[in-house]
Amino acid sequence: MQDLLRRYGPGLTLIMTLLVAFWLLMLVILPNMTLFEQSFRPYLPVTEIGGPRDTYGFGNYLKVFDGSIERSLFGISFSIPVHVMTFGLTIWYSMVVTALCFLLAYPLAYYMAKIVNPRSLPTLILLLFIPLWVSEVLRAFAWWIILAFRGPLNALLLSLGLIDDPIRWTNMGYTGVVIGLIYTYVLFMLFPVYNAVQSLDTNQIEAAEDLGAPWWKIHWRIVLPHAKPGIASGSVMVFMLSAGSLLVPSILGSTTSQWFTQTINQWFNDALDWNTASAYAFLLLLLCTVFVSIAMRLFRVKLSDIAK
Amino acid sequence: MHKFRQTLAHLYMVLFLIFLLAPLVVMSGAAFNDSKLPSIVPWRGFTTMWFSEMIADQRMMLAFVNTLWVAVAVAVLAVIVGTASAILVNSISGRARTVLYGMMISTILIPGVVIGISTMIMWTKLGGAIFGPDGKPWPFIPGLHLSVLGQVSYIAAMVMLLVLARLQSFDAGLEEAALDLGASHAQVMRRILLPHLYPAIGAGAAVAFFQSIENFNVTQFTRGGADTLTVYVFSKVRSGITPTINALAFLLICVTLLLALAYEINRRRRARIEAARQAEARRAEDAALS
Amino acid sequence: MSAGIDLENVCCDFGSFRAVDNANVSIRPGEFFSFLGPSGCGKTTILRMVSGFIEPTQGVIRIGGADVKGKRPNQRPTALIFQNLALFPLMPIWENISFGLEVRGIDKATRRKKAEELLRLVDLPGAADKMVSQLSGGQKQRVAIARALAVEPQVMLLDEPLSALDLKLRQHMRAELRAIQQRTGVTFIYITHDQGEALAMSDRVGVMSQGRIQQIADPREIYNNPVNGFVASFVGENNIFQGEVQQAADGMASFATPHGTFRARLGELGDKPGKLYVRPEHMLLSDAPAVENSVPVTISDISFEGSFIAVHATSDTGAILSAEIRNDGAATVPEKGARVHMTFDPARAAILPDANVRG
Repeated sequence: MQDLLRRYGPGLTLIMTLLVAFWLLMLVILPNMTLFEQSFRPYLPVTEIGGPRDTYGFGNYLKVFDGSIERSLFGISFSIPVHVMTFGLTIWYSMVVTALCFLLAYPLAYYMAKIVNPRSLPTLILLLFIPLWVSEVLRAFAWWIILAFRGPLNALLLSLGLIDDPIRWTNMGYTGVVIGLIYTYVLFMLFPVYNAVQSLDTNQIEAAEDLGAPWWKIHWRIVLPHAKPGIASGSVMVFMLSAGSLLVPSILGSTTSQWFTQTINQWFNDALDWNTASAYAFLLLLLCTVFVSIAMRLFRVKLSDIAK
Repeated sequence: MHKFRQTLAHLYMVLFLIFLLAPLVVMSGAAFNDSKLPSIVPWRGFTTMWFSEMIADQRMMLAFVNTLWVAVAVAVLAVIVGTASAILVNSISGRARTVLYGMMISTILIPGVVIGISTMIMWTKLGGAIFGPDGKPWPFIPGLHLSVLGQVSYIAAMVMLLVLARLQSFDAGLEEAALDLGASHAQVMRRILLPHLYPAIGAGAAVAFFQSIENFNVTQFTRGGADTLTVYVFSKVRSGITPTINALAFLLICVTLLLALAYEINRRRRARIEAARQAEARRAEDAALS
Repeated sequence: MSAGIDLENVCCDFGSFRAVDNANVSIRPGEFFSFLGPSGCGKTTILRMVSGFIEPTQGVIRIGGADVKGKRPNQRPTALIFQNLALFPLMPIWENISFGLEVRGIDKATRRKKAEELLRLVDLPGAADKMVSQLSGGQKQRVAIARALAVEPQVMLLDEPLSALDLKLRQHMRAELRAIQQRTGVTFIYITHDQGEALAMSDRVGVMSQGRIQQIADPREIYNNPVNGFVASFVGENNIFQGEVQQAADGMASFATPHGTFRARLGELGDKPGKLYVRPEHMLLSDAPAVENSVPVTISDISFEGSFIAVHATSDTGAILSAEIRNDGAATVPEKGARVHMTFDPARAAILPDANVRG
């Protein structure tokens, strides 16, 4: 603060402090506190708000456990509340998306950092950036066209003779959602991993090669450990973006692929029950944060590595 | 063996680019197909009628204009807030810096659904607390201005990161030199610090603009009745969509491509000029020594 | 217009560390004054206190007789030249130079004229519209000086501005700086750890160590009559003998060392112990022992340095002594391994205390 005053004087310091305070207080902290508070109030008609029935309780949160359905996994059947299952599947498929994004992005990141001619790199990066400039909804829409029953993908596969009958891509559980999420978020994995691999001294790879290490060992022992902060950062981004996505699951989902954000959207925009929507939104935020923290602990990564 | 792996790597890169770009080509192609459904198969002949229908589609044009307004507002606010935050974070240290920085960064990770709902609830409740449940004035009613505030809450962090990175290469000695020459703090900011930050501020404005255009989650929960392009396309995809949207998408892709191209050409021109200057400095150095 | 600067009992603390301890100095108007010392000796802190970036913890700083306490850098009649020059990279040269005028609201035409005038003064005509990155190190140096002169300061403060240049250019810029100072008549305060720079350019030098000013004098006096061992060693080379003062009279004393008892000038010892300092160029080599101040040695190494020849020798007690012989073409250089005597004039040797430190 002393430094700030000395460098920019009292007037500018005050303005900057007010701007930061406006951002963090009015746009982040207070809204989230309101959300938290609201999530413990029951959903009441306008006339009863503030009345005797407007008391704090866990009612909204407990709605997660309403309405069980039968499911079976590995031959064991059990009953599970619908929303709990939706949440579990959202987390699970977000993990699948994260893992697939990594598998797709890592070879390319390595290629960009160590193999490609540095002179053509800016052009390559420019090409890779193009999809990022195109709105997410249009990207999902593009895949909606491609995956349509009479769409180009089926037409291509049929003409190549790979399949005999067209496939209903968007009616195969989460397939469409996973494809769409990968397409939408793979670049959020690519660039952090690229940055991390790029900072590795190429001499280390050559030294390992010189010492006779096979290529997979070089990656396993040299490149991957070095790139860990980048991988962690990319994974956290992709996971949080996927779990929080509403657009892609809505456009590319099937009747059997409910995403947790869709449930929240139904509470908020269809049932107009903002309070339960708040409770669910808070659950999403809390559980995703917990999940990410545990994953980071497991992989021994610190938040400060991610913020790089 | 090495050669073979290299070829594989090149092949992979090409496949990846096809994966990324083919959907955009398909979508653009569908804009010219004379078919009621947006698709490229079966091809029913070339047409430009979807472009004229696009202009005639009042609701879509309104949504498009709304999107641009929101994006401009978000870019302006996020740049102001993000730049101030970066400068502030850059000149404090210790625990306060860690806490503030952590809080700013974490906004990027908050799911958009949470931001949207929390923004909506807070502003409407705040209005209710001040003016009572009925007749709340602007800005305490749902609408695109709340979408702007919600979007700024995390897009400002992106601008902050860009500006902060640029600040790392700033020599604080320049500020002292300017002060020593008699400049006021405001003059130091306007003539010394901000000019250094302009490239990052420009990049931040572009990122903010495009992030805003692409935003769906926050907008969906705060928009009230208003449409933006994402919301409009979203509502149309399931309920029968015509290739007018492809026509718009095609135009948007063209515009972004042109902008990207202009940016790249400008970057190369600047790099060339700078290289020429450095060469001149080296020649002057040699001349001074001989 | 130039102003004198007075520091009265100035101290500066950073936490529990005292960077400057009780500095007293009076710099005359129009003087070229250098603070010389190793890094961390407090010289930069003094400069930053004078320019106003740091406030002294105690003491008074006067510029032109007026106490400047509480005045910000932009309110003081000083101009600072930074170690890395701190030229504004995004402005062309002329805007750099006239920045101080611009912030005072002076119109563009006047600024441009002034900038070109100053560029001629620093011998860089025609560079007005270039960018900073187009200039060589020496040219940047001149621009920095011109920029500081533009605000017509009464005092120029220079923080090791030559340290980034290579050797040859540095020597050239010394003469240049001195010439500019004499042309403008502005008081220069120059900070350096390079004794050659300080001695060559300055009217007077203040040698500093560990936050204290050790000695203030003109360059000759500093070199020929250092007040203590620190000054003697920091400015130039020495042969140092440990020992004890035996008898003192008329500023001379006899000093008992393991090599024998020598006679030398007696410095201001107070109650502190002293050591005997003899510069290598004052050591003479002779085949026979002299009447006094003579040490028998064996030549161990001879190195040719161009303008002089350095002779290193080992005494019978194992100490290494050195002498320098001017390479005037007539000098005889002994062979390695030869037995000779090193002798010195009592008037050219001094018994001095260690550095002046606090506590």
